Amino acid sequence: MTKTVLLVGTRKGLFLLESEDRRNWRLRGPFCEGWPVYHAVFDPAGGAIYAAAASEWHGAAVWRSADLGETWTHSSAGIAYEDGRRLSKVSNLAVGHGRVLVGVEAPGVFESTDAGETWSLKTTLAGQPGSEVWDDPKNQPPGHLGISAVIADNASKDHWWAIVQGIGLYETIDDGATWTPRNRGLRADWPREHEEVGFCVHKVALTSDPSRMFQQNHVGMHRTDDGGRTWTEITEGLPTEFGFAAVAHPHDRDTFHVIPLDPGHGRTMPDGKACVWRTEDAGATWRRSDRGLPQADAWLGVLREGMAGDGYDEPGYYFGTSTGQVFASADDAASWTEIASYLPAISSVEVATVE
Amino acid sequence: MAQLRLPPTLPPLFPELPRRLQVDASTVAGAIGELDARWPGLRDRLCEHGPTLRPHINVYVDGRRADLDTPIDAASRVDVIAAISGG
Repeated sequence: MTKTVLLVGTRKGLFLLESEDRRNWRLRGPFCEGWPVYHAVFDPAGGAIYAAAASEWHGAAVWRSADLGETWTHSSAGIAYEDGRRLSKVSNLAVGHGRVLVGVEAPGVFESTDAGETWSLKTTLAGQPGSEVWDDPKNQPPGHLGISAVIADNASKDHWWAIVQGIGLYETIDDGATWTPRNRGLRADWPREHEEVGFCVHKVALTSDPSRMFQQNHVGMHRTDDGGRTWTEITEGLPTEFGFAAVAHPHDRDTFHVIPLDPGHGRTMPDGKACVWRTEDAGATWRRSDRGLPQADAWLGVLREGMAGDGYDEPGYYFGTSTGQVFASADDAASWTEIASYLPAISSVEVATVE
Repeated sequence: MAQLRLPPTLPPLFPELPRRLQVDASTVAGAIGELDARWPGLRDRLCEHGPTLRPHINVYVDGRRADLDTPIDAASRVDVIAAISGG
């Protein structure tokens, strides 16, 4: 029987939520010894879960379970810089094409081709505009710039994306050998030293159409229809221009979801009313999707990897909050149900479909 | 052999690693290296690249703050402490 599994990364370990019908859910965990988990993914080819985690005491490592969480191993063999740059955490994973990529802070991407046992440095995006900022010793971690996302292209091993926190989106078409900034058309409300970078890209969501992507930026929602070469702002109609989490419909290139947040220090859903915003016309108009979500006194935040979608004909969507709730929709965002209530602060939610 | 005591956060990461054990080494680094040979990857949990001790890992030899180069002998007691932090 097909099982839907949510991989929920939290400040106190990884949790799994499992369901056969996407309505009744069982919780298992915590896993990874309670280490803060920033992102976890499932590799459908190998059947393994990978979790990017970083302990305050014992450093950063990628955890792996080949049996859906029953047993775990971890490794950071090879995840280190030889040039004196500091590495504080592993933050974002991508699987596919027989390998695992992990983005780290300070900015770099490491690769494993042996199921996470050993790692080697793939790229630091050296020489790219903006790299003088993240390579500056005074900007070394913790607390500074990192790779906040590695985005694989299922169609091509050589083609993938990396987001450098506070700098922008970069694309490679030769498996990390060379890079091109892909930020034209984005807005920045601050001075920038380079024409091509200096943008705060929070989340890029792929769609069913490779040429179209959506982006939640620090300032505004944006869409590209040419594979990232140019971006057009589509913020109008949303309650704020700020947010982190975003997910596209798995089959309809025009439908997309985002969770706007108060852009101040609170960074919670506006007016204490929980809401996912949905467009079905590529951002021309937006509407609320809040049936089943708390509409009073709900000061919920959702981080950049905090929302995911499955691939069913009637898609399901899932998001986890910084106060430990997980909400699920099994009816293409028509309604929502709270399926976990008391988890630690949630950093990431990913979904796997397991036979 | 030196008596070595490990923080409670470490044994769950490595099968059959005890909290107290004996090591035959002449420095703190040597002791950690001996552990790493028996439980591969353990050095990475205590040391950063360099190597240096991780910022929140403290080592004491016979009650005195130590670093990786601190000598030890068969009569030494080596305490590896995870700093009191977090919440």
